[in-house]
Amino acid sequence: MSALDILDGCAAELARPAAESQRPVLRERGQREVFCGLTGIIWLHRKMQDAFFLVVGSRTCAHLLQSAAGVMIFAEPRFATAIMEERDLAGMVDAQDELDRVVNRLLERRPDIKTLFLVGSCPSEVIKLDLAKAAQRLGAVHMPRVRILNYSGSGIETTFTQGEDACLAALVPVMPPLSADAPAELLIVGSLPDIVEDQFLRLFADLGITRVGCLPARNARDLPAVGPNTRYLLAQPFLGETAMALEGRGAKRIEALFPFGVEGTSDWLRAAARAFDIDTALTEQVIAPGRERARIALSKLRPQLESKRISFLPDSQLEVPLARYLQDELGMELVEVGTPYLHRAHLARELESFGPAVRLSEGQHVERQLDRVRADRPDITVCGLGLANPLEMEGLTTKWAIELVFSPIHGFDQAADLAELFARPLRRRDLLEV
Amino acid sequence: MQLAVWTYEGPPHVGAMRVATAMEKLHYVLHAPQGDTYADLLFTMIERRGKRPPVTYTTFEARDLGKDTAQIFQDAAREAVSRFNPQAIIVGASCTAELIQDDPAGLAEAMNLPCPAIPLELPSYQRKENWGAAETFYQIVRHLADKNVVREPREGRKARANILGPTALGFRHRDDLVEIRKILGLLDVEINLVAPLGATPEDIANIGAADFNIVLYPEIADEAARWLERTFAQPCVRTIPIGVGATRSFIADVAELAGADPTPALGDTSSRMPWWSRSVDSTYLTSKRVFIFGDATHAVAAARIAREELGFEVCGLGCYAREFAREVRAEAARCGIEALITDDHLAVEDAIAAAAPELVLGTQMERHIAKRLGIPCAVISAPVHVQDFPARHSPQMGFEGANVIFDTWVHPLVMGLEEHLLTMFREDFEFSDEAGASHHAAHSPRKTAAVADALSEAPVADIPAPAMADEPATLWTAEAERELKKIPFFVRGKARRNTENFAAAEGRRQIDLETLYDAKAHYAR
Repeated sequence: MSALDILDGCAAELARPAAESQRPVLRERGQREVFCGLTGIIWLHRKMQDAFFLVVGSRTCAHLLQSAAGVMIFAEPRFATAIMEERDLAGMVDAQDELDRVVNRLLERRPDIKTLFLVGSCPSEVIKLDLAKAAQRLGAVHMPRVRILNYSGSGIETTFTQGEDACLAALVPVMPPLSADAPAELLIVGSLPDIVEDQFLRLFADLGITRVGCLPARNARDLPAVGPNTRYLLAQPFLGETAMALEGRGAKRIEALFPFGVEGTSDWLRAAARAFDIDTALTEQVIAPGRERARIALSKLRPQLESKRISFLPDSQLEVPLARYLQDELGMELVEVGTPYLHRAHLARELESFGPAVRLSEGQHVERQLDRVRADRPDITVCGLGLANPLEMEGLTTKWAIELVFSPIHGFDQAADLAELFARPLRRRDLLEV
Repeated sequence: MQLAVWTYEGPPHVGAMRVATAMEKLHYVLHAPQGDTYADLLFTMIERRGKRPPVTYTTFEARDLGKDTAQIFQDAAREAVSRFNPQAIIVGASCTAELIQDDPAGLAEAMNLPCPAIPLELPSYQRKENWGAAETFYQIVRHLADKNVVREPREGRKARANILGPTALGFRHRDDLVEIRKILGLLDVEINLVAPLGATPEDIANIGAADFNIVLYPEIADEAARWLERTFAQPCVRTIPIGVGATRSFIADVAELAGADPTPALGDTSSRMPWWSRSVDSTYLTSKRVFIFGDATHAVAAARIAREELGFEVCGLGCYAREFAREVRAEAARCGIEALITDDHLAVEDAIAAAAPELVLGTQMERHIAKRLGIPCAVISAPVHVQDFPARHSPQMGFEGANVIFDTWVHPLVMGLEEHLLTMFREDFEFSDEAGASHHAAHSPRKTAAVADALSEAPVADIPAPAMADEPATLWTAEAERELKKIPFFVRGKARRNTENFAAAEGRRQIDLETLYDAKAHYAR
C-alpha cells in the first residue's frame, strides 16, 4: 500500500475541505470479504481486445477467476493461469525457464495476442518471482509482434478494482509521448463499457473537444499519447496509482465529481469543458438534452428509493460516489458507506455532500460490520456475493455489489439503469408472496 | 508450471471448506491472504446456501509479511472460537500462507483453546480439492472418534450403519442421501451417523458404534473408511448405487452385512427405468455413441449404465482425478477403449471432437465443450454450476436416481420418429439445423454469422493445422456435398469424418456419391 500512501502525500496540494478533514473514519482491520485484484481481469480481457492476461499463481488463482466469472464464458477467454507446482517452488526447475516455456506455448497457440500481461499473484509475490525481469526478457524475444508487460493483482497488495488500477498504471510508461508544444489533449481514464465510452466521446465532440484519448484503449497497442499538455479525467474512483503514473509523465488531473447520475455526469463534463476553455453557454446547450432525459427517467424511480436507508459494505471503491448519487438525486438515506480504500484526494468533492450522520468506514472486519448491519437494519445492503444470500436469509434485502462493476452505470443515459439496480431488489421484496 | 484456463478442481483448502460447511458446530480457521474469501460464493451462490461457510480467513497483507502474521492467525483463531463457540476447529493454510510457514497447527496448539483444534496439512502445490476434502474428513474422524466406544452385541437390536461422504457443494449429495435413507429403512438398518453432511464433532465421537460403513463418495470418504476398518473393525460397503444394477448390488451388500432380507428393498415398485429402457420407443437409443468424463465414481457408474441399462456404446471414458485412474482404466477396458486421465480440459475437448459422439455426459466443462461442438449433453459429475443444484428432488443414486438419469440423459437427444422424419425429409424447410429437437424449449434462432463467430473463437488447438497442410484435402464433389447436407446435422459431422477416413483408407482422391454410400455400407452397424 506504500504507493498509495505516497500518492496521498502527492495530492495534498489539493486543499481538503475543512469539513472532510474533520470527518471521522472508522478504520477496520480483520477478515475482508472482498475479491483480490486478479478479478479485474474478468472485464479487462474483454475491454482490450488484443490483450491476454497470464496470471502467474496457484490453483486458487485459477479457481477464483472461473468462480468470479460467474458463468464460464462461451468462447475461450483471453486469460489463463500458469499454475505453479511443487517443482517450481522446490527449485527443481527454474521458475523463469518454466515461465518462458508457458509463454512461448501460449503465444504459439494464440497468434492474435498483441499485448501480454504477466500478472503477479500472492504466491508469486511471496516467493519474489521477478515478473518485471521476465517481461523484459520475453519482450526482447517477442517484440514487435507482442508487447509484454507486468503488474500485480495479488490479494496481499490489491483489492478488487485496484487490479485495474495496477494494470492501467503498467500501461502508462509505454504510452507514446505527447510533445510539450502539442495542443492540449483530453484523456479519459478508467475502463468503461464500449457503449458508454461512445456516448461520452460524442458529447466531447459536440463540445468541440476533438483530441480525446481513452485509457485503456480498445486495442492495447493503440495507446493514446501522454505529456504535459494532457489533461486527464478519471472515469473511475479507484485509479490512484494510474493517476500518479500519469502525473509522473506531466499530465494534469481535471478535478470533478465522478460521472454517476445527472449531477455527477454534468459536473464531470463541465469540468472538462472548463479545462478546454469551452464557452459555458455551449456546454449547457450540449448537456441539456442528456440532463433532461435522465431527469425524467429518474423521476419515475425516485418514489421507490426516496428515504430508503442504505448501507454499503466495502467492495469496489465505487461506494462513495454511488452513495453521493443515491443520496443527492434519489433521496436515499446513507447509513454506512464502507470502502476498501478511501482515496481522500480523488473523493474530496464527493465527500462534501455527506452529512455528519453518515458512517464512513475504510477496510473491513466482516463480523463486526455484519453486527452493525444487523443493528442498523437498513432497507438495502450493498455487499459481495459471499454475503448476499446469508443476509437475505436473515431478512435483509441486498444488492450484489459486483453487478455495479459489470453494468453500464456511468453517464446521463445510464443514470436510471443505475437507480434501477437498487430499486429492483426492493420491488422484488414487496412483490413476492412466497 | 501448468497452463490452465479452467480447472476441474479447486485447491485442497476448498475441499476442506466443503467438509467444514457440510458439518455443524465445526469452524475452519484458514490462514489466507485477502481475496481467498472468494470461495464463500461457491457455497452461497452456486449452492444457494443461506448461511456463510463457517470459515474465518486471517486476511494478511503484504505489509504484515515478516512481521506479525503468526499473531494475526492467533487473534483470528481466538476471536472465531469466542464468537462461534464451535465444538472443534480445523486449522490450516491456503496456498500463500503455506509459503510463509507460520505453522498454524503449532500456533493453535500453543493457544490452549477451549475446544479441540485439528491441524490440516494440505499441500496446495501438489494436491487438489477432492484430496483436500478426503484428507480433512480423515483428520476429523481420526482426531474426534472415541476409540473406547464398544459396540453392543448384535442380538436384539437393529444393525447400525454410518453413511460416509456427502459434503457441501457435492453433485446431488442432498438427494442421494434421501434415497439411501429410504433403502436402509426398507432393510431395517439404523443410521448411526451421516458424515460430514449434518454431523457435529460430538456426533463423530460416536462413529465407532456402527456395525459397518457405507462409502457413498470414495473421493471423499475412502481414506476415513479405511482407517475405521482398521481401528474399529468396521466392514465397508463400497458399491456405489448409481444405476439399477448397482442399486441391486448395493442392496444385496448392505443386506448381507446387516443380516437383513433384501426382498422388500429390491421390490421397490418406483423403479421405472428398466421398463422405460425396454419400451419400444427406446429402441432408437441402441448403440448411440456416448462420451463420458467426470470424477471417477460418476464416470464409471455412467459407463456401466450406458452399456448395460441403456444400450449405448461408450466411445470415450475418462476422469480428471489421477488418484482414481485405476478404476476408470478398468471400466474403459470393459468398454474396449483407452481411458482418458487428464485435468486439462483442452485435451478433453480434443478427445470429444475426435470421438464425434452423439451424446456427451460430463461436468460443466464438458457441457461448454459439447455446446461449442453442437453435441447434446447431460451433466453427471462435479464441478457443476448453479443450474445443477435443482430445487426439485433429483438424485443419482437408488432406483429413483436411475429414473432421473433415464430422463436426464435421454432428453437432450432427438427422439425416435422425429429422428426418422429428419432423415427422410431432410429438405423440408422447417427442419433447419438451427431449429433443434421439437421437444426442447424454444430458443431464439441462431444466426449463421453468430455460429461462425463461435466457431472462429474456438481454441486454436482444435484445428490440427499441420496435419491438414501435409496431405491434400480430399475433394468432395458438389453432388456428394449436397447429399451430405441431407443427413441430419447431429450425425453429419460423424458421417463426414467416416467418409473421409474411408476414402483415405481406400486411397480414393475424390468423394463422390458412390464413395459416400460405400462408406455408409462400410460403417453399417
